[in-house]
Amino acid sequence: MKALMFGWEFPPHILGGLGTASYGLTKGMWECGDMDITFVIPKPYGDEDKSFARIIGASQVPVAWREVNRDYVESRIGKVMDPDLYFKLRNNIYADFNYMSTNDLGCIEFSGRYPDNLLEEINNYSIMAGVIARTVDFDIIHSHDWLTYPAGIHAKQVTGKPLVIHVHATDYDRSRGQVNPTVFGIERDGMLHADHIITVSDLTRRTVIEKYGIDPAKVTTVHNAVVPLPPELINIEAPKPKEKVVTFLGRITMQKGPEYFVEVAAKVLKNDHNVRFVMAGSGDMMDKMINLAARRGIADRLHFPGFQKGAEVYRMLKASDVYMMPSVSEPFGISPLEAMQMGVPSIISKQSGCAEILTNVIKTDYWDIDAMADAVYSICNNPALYHHLREEGLKEVARITWDKAGRKVIDIYNKVLGR
Amino acid sequence: MKAISFYFQIHQPFRLKRYRFFDIGNDHYYYDDFANDDIAERIGRRSYIPAAETLLRMINDSGRKFKCAISVSGVALEQLEQYVPEMIDLLKQLHDTGCVEFLAETYAHSLASLTDPEEFAQQVKVHADKLNQLFGAKPTVLRNSELIYCDEMAPQILAMGYKGCITEGAKHILGWKSPNYIYTAITAPKLKLLLKNDRFSDDITYRFADTSWSEYPLTADKYIDWIAATPAEEQIVNLFMNLETFGEMHDASTGIFQFLEALPRFAAERGISFITPSEAIAKIKPVGSLEIPYPISWADEARDTSAWLGNDLQQEAFKKLYSVAERVRLCDDRRLKQDWYYLQATDHFFYMATKHRTDGAVHAHFSPYETPFQAFTNYMNVLADFIVRVEEQYPLSIENEELNSLLTTIRNQAREIEDLNKEVSSMRNNLDHYNEEHATRQAVAEDAEAEPEAEDVVAKEESGSGDAPKAKSKAKAAPKAKAESKAKAKK
Repeated sequence: MKALMFGWEFPPHILGGLGTASYGLTKGMWECGDMDITFVIPKPYGDEDKSFARIIGASQVPVAWREVNRDYVESRIGKVMDPDLYFKLRNNIYADFNYMSTNDLGCIEFSGRYPDNLLEEINNYSIMAGVIARTVDFDIIHSHDWLTYPAGIHAKQVTGKPLVIHVHATDYDRSRGQVNPTVFGIERDGMLHADHIITVSDLTRRTVIEKYGIDPAKVTTVHNAVVPLPPELINIEAPKPKEKVVTFLGRITMQKGPEYFVEVAAKVLKNDHNVRFVMAGSGDMMDKMINLAARRGIADRLHFPGFQKGAEVYRMLKASDVYMMPSVSEPFGISPLEAMQMGVPSIISKQSGCAEILTNVIKTDYWDIDAMADAVYSICNNPALYHHLREEGLKEVARITWDKAGRKVIDIYNKVLGR
Repeated sequence: MKAISFYFQIHQPFRLKRYRFFDIGNDHYYYDDFANDDIAERIGRRSYIPAAETLLRMINDSGRKFKCAISVSGVALEQLEQYVPEMIDLLKQLHDTGCVEFLAETYAHSLASLTDPEEFAQQVKVHADKLNQLFGAKPTVLRNSELIYCDEMAPQILAMGYKGCITEGAKHILGWKSPNYIYTAITAPKLKLLLKNDRFSDDITYRFADTSWSEYPLTADKYIDWIAATPAEEQIVNLFMNLETFGEMHDASTGIFQFLEALPRFAAERGISFITPSEAIAKIKPVGSLEIPYPISWADEARDTSAWLGNDLQQEAFKKLYSVAERVRLCDDRRLKQDWYYLQATDHFFYMATKHRTDGAVHAHFSPYETPFQAFTNYMNVLADFIVRVEEQYPLSIENEELNSLLTTIRNQAREIEDLNKEVSSMRNNLDHYNEEHATRQAVAEDAEAEPEAEDVVAKEESGSGDAPKAKSKAKAAPKAKAESKAKAKK
């Protein structure tokens, strides 16, 4: 089966969980066999893993005709795209887009990030999708997250092939209910045009059905999974303070509930001084949190090391005794799974999607500071609980693999295609 | 002739309230009174009371031919007294018919038998005393919590004065053997074992209202037929179940009470009688001994102790709890002792199980907690506070043995002081008495003015005054001993 996927991020150049999930799922589907996947991303760097999918960069797809020779194309974009593909794509330019700002190859440049002109970039992405849809051979279209829904719809309109959209998050999660009407419009449009909708958790599925008014029959949940960690990350060296360490890792934004973490820290530190709290990450609420910590008088025990990337994340986890994710609304939340892979017991909010599939974690309501403080205290003071969560968590997370999720997606494809 | 031996279990734990770590050291009340009241009242109304009334009717209608055994844990008795006192009256009535035998068990429905023989013996005794006080019952057959039993316990059970013990007819123990006989313990051949018949018990407990079961609906007629169809030499069928089965696990609308009530009539038709465990032990000859090296129970698929001690959390909680057992036994703070019993109930450990599938569903069904981790955290917080209180009584820095010897000294001295005090007071009495007599005599003598008699009195006075200082010196010795014992206690 041939699938055309539209995505926005792809490892190793990722900004959030979307890239990791897209990568894992694509690889998982490929492991199931008999899958030919073309994955479109805005801006490839050339160091992406291409072993299981053909990667096309939107920044290399011509939308306006330029007379260029093969050698020039080779020298310009050879490291990310086969020149033959460029000429094939050039033959399928379907309208004159010279009025747009295009480069010497007739391509639109994409940032592949989340710039201020994001809506314009989304629109350009959809223009580019028309060319790809006319060139590449595929049976089904798969769009990852709202940024690529317009591209998916366009490809569907051009070819008449069925569209599956993958909801990694909705604007309701990002904004605690204060949705941006434009984003909501794009999301809903994608859902209405889709032949089938995949959500990353039942929580998101309910949002799609209730807030966007979508027929439940065409919404299916496929939970995310994790890629097993390489041994060098599992055995990473990390300095271990003599106190217990409780960690928050993620963007310090409203969605992640950082203020609850600070309140829990205050509550635990009142009774137990043998604990340090770490809030790693950055975000618009960081200053507010530093102020809050100072007001609660725990600034000496609550640390803000800033944004962590790559191996630092794993070093941080390695030094932790408890991982906490008090998210107010988390469509899935892959980080507790990563913490479990590192053998760190996790406390997660019931309002996160991963709570639906995890057993060996402690689940509480995000607002239930007492319950979370109690859980922190219990893990730090009862070695039996710590070891149980650690060992059973490792076993549990090892069973959550992408090939199982991939299988489910393939089943959905077959259903949509009537096979 | 075949006989059915019914035994019904009544147990309710004192469920704990939500107890946070910052309550440790501040709040010493641990129980969720609302939930306990609510559950006891509900189960009482839906199950215990109608079931007890049904049993009473069965006994009377059958002309006292229907017999059964009941076991009520001490903590359940306390709850019944508190929340469903009418059930206590019904139990008394059942006992007074002479057809219902009460079984001995651990007061706290605890796992003490697995770790602390002394605690086990003490709890069984406290429970027997309670039964005697409430109903005038004197149990002779033991039913350990959750039917836990192993070879190691047998000699102790026998030594405690019980002739029989009830346990599970676990398949991995019996193998090809049938539970429908009486066996003896291999480590104590005088102790007889009654084994639960799994199939027939579960037909009622689990399958009665299961519409997907091929034998649904189960009628008393059919059920007795099955029992009658067992080989003729198998003389006893042991049906052990929770009394909650009637009315709570299977709603009254399933007809379970009518089913129960109809059993004696059909049994009589097939010539099957009813028998209590103590009668069975007296009448039926054992066929052989059973070797049970590892503890068995009636819980979960595995029929071992993994329902309560299957994971690290449970074992940690269990170890922590019994680490203070000796201390608690040494002290005599009544509230502490009460909490000690309530915290030992097997249920607290049952809630911490992390099993999956069918077993997991059973654990989750009974648990007031959302997850086993919550159960563990809550229990450990309560236990931490409890241990703080035990420590307040006796600091942990003193070894148990040292503490024990100190306590013995104090107690011995207290006894000595008491004896001495008694002696002093009796001396004083004597002296007072003597003085009185002396006074009267003097008065009489003065009246008579007889000289030779007066001489006599003087002689007596001398001997009397000789006694008095002696008594005084003893009275002095007593406070001295007190001071000494106090000084020792302070050490």
